[in-house]
Amino acid sequence: MWTTLEQIFPYAIVFTIPLLITALGALFSERSGVVNIGLDGLMIVGSFMGAFVASRLQEQYPNDAWVLWVGLLAAMAAGMLFSLLHAFASINLSANQIISGTAINLIAGALTIFLARNMTGSGNIRISTFAPFEVPLLSSIPIIGDLFFTRTYAVTWFVLLILVISTIALYKTPFGMRLRACGEHPHAAEAAGVRVQSMRYVGVMISGAFSGLGGAAILMTYSGEFNGNVSGLGFLALASLIFGQWRPLGVLAATFFFGFASTVANVSQVIPSLAVIPPVVLKVFPYVVTLIALVIFSKSSNAPKAVGEPFDSGKR
Amino acid sequence: MNMIKSLAAVLLGLAAGALLMALTGHNPAEGYKFLFEGGLKNPERIGNTLATATPLILTGLSVAFAFRTGLFNIGAAGQMLFGGFCATAVGHLVDLPRAVLLLLMVLVGFLGGALWALIPGILKARYNVHEVVSTIMMNWIAYWTVFYAIPSYFKGGSETESRQLPANALFHENWLSELFQGSYVNLGFFIAIISVLITGFLINRTTLGYELKAVGFNRHAAEYAGIAVKRSIVMSMFISGGIAGLAGVAQYAGNASSIQIGILPTQGFDGIAVALLGANAPLGVLVSAIFFGLLYSGRGFMNAMTEIPPEIADSIIAIIIYFAATSILIDRLYRKYKSRRAANKKQGG
Repeated sequence: MWTTLEQIFPYAIVFTIPLLITALGALFSERSGVVNIGLDGLMIVGSFMGAFVASRLQEQYPNDAWVLWVGLLAAMAAGMLFSLLHAFASINLSANQIISGTAINLIAGALTIFLARNMTGSGNIRISTFAPFEVPLLSSIPIIGDLFFTRTYAVTWFVLLILVISTIALYKTPFGMRLRACGEHPHAAEAAGVRVQSMRYVGVMISGAFSGLGGAAILMTYSGEFNGNVSGLGFLALASLIFGQWRPLGVLAATFFFGFASTVANVSQVIPSLAVIPPVVLKVFPYVVTLIALVIFSKSSNAPKAVGEPFDSGKR
Repeated sequence: MNMIKSLAAVLLGLAAGALLMALTGHNPAEGYKFLFEGGLKNPERIGNTLATATPLILTGLSVAFAFRTGLFNIGAAGQMLFGGFCATAVGHLVDLPRAVLLLLMVLVGFLGGALWALIPGILKARYNVHEVVSTIMMNWIAYWTVFYAIPSYFKGGSETESRQLPANALFHENWLSELFQGSYVNLGFFIAIISVLITGFLINRTTLGYELKAVGFNRHAAEYAGIAVKRSIVMSMFISGGIAGLAGVAQYAGNASSIQIGILPTQGFDGIAVALLGANAPLGVLVSAIFFGLLYSGRGFMNAMTEIPPEIADSIIAIIIYFAATSILIDRLYRKYKSRRAANKKQGG
């Protein structure tokens, strides 16, 4: 049992990271009052941009790791730019945020493949990924070392660093308090001198950048190929946000749950103790648990009060 | 006004598509020529356009119906897949005279989709769980259920496909194919048309439709007026899911004769686009689904005749939806234009 856990743990972490960063981005967006259902599309945009930049640079610098970091940054920038479409529609035009987010998903899915096909014909872009490494010293700590510090990726630590900074920014800085106020009582926030619309722009753009990073993280760790989708992980990130009750640590726990459950389902056939369970049960398990969790949390939902509502300064 | 908005969104989307073709070094005029020829050139291609539109009409109708009753059914894909799966199972397992079997498949397909939407409906009514998230979860549960059920029970020639349905259980009609000179258009199209008519009647002409709409407008007012709100929500999801299930019947036993696993039907999400462009009215849904069907069915021909990737059709549709979602801009421009004209008139007179 222990060796099994030891084997699948690093994969579970690698699978968790893209979900975590995407859900964390969505947390900024929803805390500022804007529902972002376009996460999936923004991840695809990040995946595409990361693949585009990295594949081009790798032609010239085949073995350099910095190339991938440039790709990650490009993916964040692309996600941020693309999220402006959603911000503009939902903040300036008071459009239905769910429809606008759906449009983002559709546009991203179609447009990136269209562009990729113009480049490669098949529409798939292959790159060489980050190499997993072993953290010196820390990896020799018993138990923890095996679980967390062997076969780890640089992206993982980058994302965890962002998580820490985000948590501090949200709860310990004036910026975070203002952002959260815009999602709870935008009119009160405005009366206190906060520019609600600007804050919401910031929230959506952070979400875009983080989703782009999430999409590129999939590409540069375990997938290695852009193929026009991220297997619906954006929607899973959205569910994690609710499951995690709009809190950074809750999101961490929820995404790790998904990451772990998915990994178990993926490897169940090669592990004797798990192979007795029908695979369909393991595959649907995370989704069923989410539904149950939604029911349990429905009584005490911590959803930002004004999330999804367009802000109209003139309205009471 | 709704029609002006939709038309403006379509024109802007087509313009953006042209821009996209030009930017990637293709000739837009040529692209559109082949795209529309591919969907309309001869009776066969027109028939194929209608066939492609069939599941889109039904998923669009499903989403539109939910919208009208205040619900956002983003799970049409899963409902369609599961409804289609149930109908396929009946087609394989039940041996009846053809007419009875087809009717039974329609009924079971409807019930399968309805059941899949019923759960989010109950969760929404009883526990106030937002239907967007729960229907997405149901999508993936349908995806994996079908993924494992097909190879176990209805294994086909390849690993990723179900066994072909027997001819007895298919919606193909020779006279229809002959009428359209070899097209694969089938009885599914009539299921779609009938559904449009029934849904239109239900929404606009019945007490039930009125109650469902009232709940969508204002849940509390409806409750105060004595409408059973919870039951209405469940009922709306049930009907919406059932219509999406019919899309599965039309797709997997009409346009195709087997189910592919490992993919959620794209028509589910396209249904949102169809509903939005059709302003959530049954007739609007019909028209916009046929328009999208045209783009989808013409893109293969365009891809064969030019270097333009077929995804241009998907891109155009997606951009149209963005413009439809932001159509308030058109509203504002129109109002500005009107008020300026009124002001000019005053000055002139």
